[in-house]
Amino acid sequence: MPETVLGGHKVRELTFAQAIREALAEEMRRDSTVCIMGEDVAEAGTPFKVLSGLLEEFGKDRILDTPISEAGFTGLAVGAAMTGMRPVVDIMFGDFITLTMDQMVNQAAKVHYMSGGKWKVPMVMRTTMGATRRSAAQHSQSLHAWYCHVPGLKVVLPSTPYDAKGLLKAAIRDENPVVFFEDKMMYKMKGSVPEGDYTIPLGVADIKRVGEDISLIATSSMVQVALGAATMLEEIGISAEVIDPRTMWPLDEKTLIDSAKKTSRAIILDEGYERYGVTAELASVIATGAFYDLDAPVKRMGAMHVPIPFSPPLEDVTVPTEQTVFEEARKLCGK
Amino acid sequence: MTTATQPTTSQDVALWLRMYRQMVAIREFEGQVNELYTRALMPGLAHLYIGEEAIAVGVCEALERTDYITSTHRGHGHCLAKGASPDQMFAELLGKKAGYCKGKGGSMHIADPATGNLGANAIVCGSAGIATGAAFSAKHLGNGRVAVCFFGEGALGQGVLYEEMNLAQLFKLPVIYVCENNSYTEYTHYSECTAGDILMRAQAFGLEAVSVDGQDVRAVHQTAQRLVDRARSGGGPSFLLCNTYRYHGHHVGDINREYYRSKQEEHTWKTERDPILNMGKWLLEQKHADAPALERVQKELESEMKKAVEFAVAAPYPDVSEVNEDVYA
Repeated sequence: MPETVLGGHKVRELTFAQAIREALAEEMRRDSTVCIMGEDVAEAGTPFKVLSGLLEEFGKDRILDTPISEAGFTGLAVGAAMTGMRPVVDIMFGDFITLTMDQMVNQAAKVHYMSGGKWKVPMVMRTTMGATRRSAAQHSQSLHAWYCHVPGLKVVLPSTPYDAKGLLKAAIRDENPVVFFEDKMMYKMKGSVPEGDYTIPLGVADIKRVGEDISLIATSSMVQVALGAATMLEEIGISAEVIDPRTMWPLDEKTLIDSAKKTSRAIILDEGYERYGVTAELASVIATGAFYDLDAPVKRMGAMHVPIPFSPPLEDVTVPTEQTVFEEARKLCGK
Repeated sequence: MTTATQPTTSQDVALWLRMYRQMVAIREFEGQVNELYTRALMPGLAHLYIGEEAIAVGVCEALERTDYITSTHRGHGHCLAKGASPDQMFAELLGKKAGYCKGKGGSMHIADPATGNLGANAIVCGSAGIATGAAFSAKHLGNGRVAVCFFGEGALGQGVLYEEMNLAQLFKLPVIYVCENNSYTEYTHYSECTAGDILMRAQAFGLEAVSVDGQDVRAVHQTAQRLVDRARSGGGPSFLLCNTYRYHGHHVGDINREYYRSKQEEHTWKTERDPILNMGKWLLEQKHADAPALERVQKELESEMKKAVEFAVAAPYPDVSEVNEDVYA
């Protein structure tokens, strides 16, 4: 892969999956209490091959293949995190987080509070999200909103290889349970990633594109959709700003509100179900924080309220696209 | 239980007297809880451990202070047996700042790192993962600790228990699953919701599984000690089934119980199978203690528990500004 040197750090083009793997490898070298557990994480390196090569370096004591027992190994990770380890659990498909709900919601999220701050749970759950992989209703959902609803958990949604590496390293070092959602459609996406150590603090949004007329607040793979729509909008004279909150909680409300105040219009883009979802929360933040500066109602765009269908033409209309975002933004700007 | 081939040592006698005392402590503690609850001084729910004292005491006496336990909604006995202090426990039960969890956990969530108590858990079987994970850490970090997971027989209905036993055996973890079968899953006899054989469920995963009379503290301790030693020396996980009886209702408010069990049944357990009465009788028979000494134990703990309650009643509530603290570490 081509390499460049920027600011003293070698910068390479890595895929999203490679950036995740590098973050894990660096953290495992740095801290012997970091271990990975999940289904087919060792020799197989997961079906997405995100973890390939880690077994060879770190061995079976730290890269642990588990039975197909999501609740079982997630619960085990909670106890391990409380007693000196920093486990990273791998939930192959985000749809399977339903099987881990009690362990994450009633155990991991509440241990610190219920114990009056005496026990903590420094663990990471990595899982996937994202439709359009033709995997049908039980392997395509984006269910991050469910964990956003629970006090005690942090929720991270990286949108670029650079962010993925820095945010995952921060998540592993965090003293709390962090759920890290990776859009499986982005694993092969390339981007610049510096070699070596850097972290991105949880709770800091990133302005992915500066604009003046409308704010596109987008998460995970929707950031790329928003950037594509912004290019289309530029051609008709609309300058779109693209903001990526990067973490759903903690949430950088100020950056979202400041952007909406500046542009006076906002669309929220997220691949989770639109109804009662992340888009509703972020729209509320903007509607409340930027109310007197808004020239249009805040628009939400998420997944349709249907189980994700298998048939490609059906699946494709369930999630926002560059074209649909472009059209909604144009309408909102009165053009 | 000593056998003819093992002569009694002074350490044995000290252990037996200590276990007697601990059982009385739990019963006196729970008596005060009952009192606090019925006098409406205690908010929330109270699930009394009375009748089951021999299990917590017998098992925890086999553990080191640094070993881990996880407990249940009926958890006061486990916390005390592992070394928790009654005044901080009562303070927690009353939602006071001086409590183990600053009043944020209450009766069903007492946790105490200083005694290896990973926390009581109000989800039935909720701590099976936590205990197994603590055993995972102990093995990975090589610190020689073991973990004990206490749960009632109601937890046998939860699938996650079997996931954890499978993982524990695959990873050869130093964990002991202690099933307290107090005969009643809330208001239903366990036989109505437990198919097949309980021990065989654990044996299916290759765990050593044994049952013991949960009313006999010496029997519980002896078996627990063997399983703890086995776990500590790398022998892997095991399952200890303790048959016992819950004297009171599922919670303090469960007064009219005739629809699920008879008064005669309760009477029989309380008079013929009581762990404290029977241990007391045995200590007297064996001349390891005399009646005034046992009475003294009773009086001392009665007074200690009363003082602990007074401390808790007088202690201040947390300031409302603390509601937001401790959500994140």
